[in-house]
Amino acid sequence: MSNTPFSDGIQAGRLSSAELSENFGDLHPRYDVHEALVAADRCYFCHDAPCMTACPTDIDIPLFIRQIATGTPEAAAKTIFSQNILGGMCARVCPTETLCEQVCVRETAEGAPVEIGRLQRYATDVLVERGAHPFVRGASTGKKVAVVGAGPAGLSAAHRLALHGHDVTVYDARAKAGGLNEFGIAAYKSVDSFAEREVDWLLKIGGITIETGKKLGEGLSLDGLKAAFDAVFLGIGLGGVNALGVEGEDKDGVEDAVGFIAELRQAKDLTQLEIGRDVVVIGGGMTAVDAAVQAKLLGALNVSLVYRRGKDRMNASEFEQDLAASKGVRIITNAAPKAVIGNGAVREIEFEYTDNDLKPTGQSVRLLADQVFKAIGQTLVGEGLPTLERGKIKVDETGRTSVEGIWAGGDCATGGDDLTVTAVAEGRDAAEDIHAALRAD
Amino acid sequence: MANLESDFVGIKSPNPFWLASAPPTDKEYNVRRAFDAGWGGVVWKTLGAEGPPVVNVNGPRYGAIHGADRRLLGLNNIELITDRPLEVNLEEMARVKRDYPDHALIASVMVPCEEDAWKRILPMIAETGCDGFELNFGCPHGMAERGMGSAVGQVPEYIEMVSRWCKAATDLPVIVKLTPNITNILYPAEAALRGGADAVSLINTINSITSVNLDAMSPEPMIDGKGTHGGYCGPAVKPIALNMVAEIARNPETARLPISGIGGVTTWRDAAEFMALGAGNVQVCTAAMTYGFKIVQEMISGLSQWMDEKGYTSTADFVGMATPNVTDWQYLNLNHVTKAVINQDDCIKCGRCYAACEDTSHQAIEMSEDRVFTVKDDECVACNLCVNVCPVENCITMRTLDAGEMDERTGTPVAAEYGNWTAHPNNPASTAAE
Repeated sequence: MSNTPFSDGIQAGRLSSAELSENFGDLHPRYDVHEALVAADRCYFCHDAPCMTACPTDIDIPLFIRQIATGTPEAAAKTIFSQNILGGMCARVCPTETLCEQVCVRETAEGAPVEIGRLQRYATDVLVERGAHPFVRGASTGKKVAVVGAGPAGLSAAHRLALHGHDVTVYDARAKAGGLNEFGIAAYKSVDSFAEREVDWLLKIGGITIETGKKLGEGLSLDGLKAAFDAVFLGIGLGGVNALGVEGEDKDGVEDAVGFIAELRQAKDLTQLEIGRDVVVIGGGMTAVDAAVQAKLLGALNVSLVYRRGKDRMNASEFEQDLAASKGVRIITNAAPKAVIGNGAVREIEFEYTDNDLKPTGQSVRLLADQVFKAIGQTLVGEGLPTLERGKIKVDETGRTSVEGIWAGGDCATGGDDLTVTAVAEGRDAAEDIHAALRAD
Repeated sequence: MANLESDFVGIKSPNPFWLASAPPTDKEYNVRRAFDAGWGGVVWKTLGAEGPPVVNVNGPRYGAIHGADRRLLGLNNIELITDRPLEVNLEEMARVKRDYPDHALIASVMVPCEEDAWKRILPMIAETGCDGFELNFGCPHGMAERGMGSAVGQVPEYIEMVSRWCKAATDLPVIVKLTPNITNILYPAEAALRGGADAVSLINTINSITSVNLDAMSPEPMIDGKGTHGGYCGPAVKPIALNMVAEIARNPETARLPISGIGGVTTWRDAAEFMALGAGNVQVCTAAMTYGFKIVQEMISGLSQWMDEKGYTSTADFVGMATPNVTDWQYLNLNHVTKAVINQDDCIKCGRCYAACEDTSHQAIEMSEDRVFTVKDDECVACNLCVNVCPVENCITMRTLDAGEMDERTGTPVAAEYGNWTAHPNNPASTAAE
């Protein structure tokens, strides 16, 4: 018998296949030509545009929108990709409402920005779907660079290095390249295997070899890479998940949100994926929202997202919070986990209300839970890494670490928010610095 | 409530909004819909001589220029005069006039440049009960190649001659429709006046190619791989039409010649502007073709409201009021000094004023680190470009300097008295008193 949202415990098949494919469809379907022209019309082509300044990868936004408006989305895509080779994914996952669109002068004027993210999606999709790669690799330099981590930072660095004629080998611990693009974001933000298609398209530059299933400390060593390559870039992300540090955390049903998100992204058949009836997600960032929304979309009856501070301190953007609320996720703030209760498996989880300084108020609340997802941050793991600072690899603005010949960028490195777009920028900039260093040799 | 009733050369209509001779007025069905929607008058699409009617191309007949969001700014057409038999048109006109006696019905006419042709057709048309005639001397394509339309309108002697024939052939008012495809609009206007015409209407459409098809390498609209120039109209031509209306209205010879204003009238405000420059009424086509007949309701309510606000009780109160203020450049007051002022509360910081001024004008706008834009009075020549490129209406305005106030650009105080080029020391032909 098939299950329903009311079925007790952690169950698969709460919703029909049709409901699931509807729920996990494209969050923002791509503009058609008419919609793109209407949206592009609204751009004022500002001087020294605020949106450009707000973009971590400095995409020339007014120029690419004008190129769309004049019927050349392919040229628009090239403008985007020349600054951000993962412009297709960024168009899907960037929190544009806190970046380019937040500072759009039409947001100032009318409270409705030019929809830059969706226009970027339109232009990049046109080119990627055509299968065309707009860049040609430079003459071979004979230099070899190792990139560890095939996520946004690593791929961005690898592409830029290959463009300059270096031979690049990208290592990744997983069986598939893409990093968080492939494993770490909600499925409805990247439908139709976009992350995979994007990697294939990016590799068309040539000169990049990807080796999966290779991890630092397990067959790969920094010393070995240093010896074998002319330069090394680390884009290894944050492999560890923070623990709650409360009693009962080891009970069945208490899981890492990142694991759930990855499993969902790789699932061939969502009707086979299990989800609780009463799901509690702990955390206040994008990962927490992605887990909570997807739990709901899989058919969980009750999903609560519980964050220990106030709403305004949540790392998830207002758009993400609204998205969660609109899908039926209950957001509870100012509540810190205190104990996981249950006999073997979680049945309830107790929270204590806290003020904005995390001072306990003495009041507590228990939520029914048969599944708990932890999303309270991730940590860098690895031995023998260059010098760390605040738990991350310390880098200067060009990505240089404390060890000569080793650069780093993305979530594993200091500097920048943990966003796809900042990782792309850091990978690109480190690649330029590596290129300059190798040329000077 | 202002009275919009209109009396144009004795032709009465409930309001000054007429539909111009064009596809919207080609047949009974359309004209009934137009009158029902509220149009005050209709100039029936141009009638030709008896016999087999002209034929039109089988499409496309129109080309267009679009602005943002595909707003239609300019339309071009290669339609000819009516392609329906004369007798059919006359029957329909008679029925419409019988059913709408209070609305104006004007017959647009174009026959070969022979006295008999005009003498024969006007009385026939008059039997429909129409209120007057408009002589189509303006059509720039197709008919001109057969010696009619603008081929007549471009030769003042012909205009005068045909106008005289027509005045002799009918007691009804005769309006001469002028083509803008000439060097000086005064010559045809004066010719119409000499020929005895009761009024002129202008402008007809402008010779144009709207675009080029870059795949077929042909002008648009393209018919089987070829294109031809068509007549351009719509909002884009309004400034050209306004100027021609003003030139006729302020010319002493033609100042008393009634004008029916045509050319891009889209809103009540456009109509008021034509009338302020001297047009007794207006004719509309492209706006109706773009939005349908209902737009006249906005024109009626808008003009009424504005007239009420200004205290005008009849359209005659303000017709021509702006005409005396149309002058020659040499009489403009060179001692009138203004400076751009940017309202920081309204500014959305797009920086377009800065880009325009810095790249293409006088480097008179300063941009701070935090995107605050301010005018440098010592560089500002008050060209108005920043006002024009600013997306926010009235965010940038021009402030008039008081007499005696220092103009920081020239380093001289603003003179109190009027002073123009004719008396300026830099003018070699200056007539200033020694």
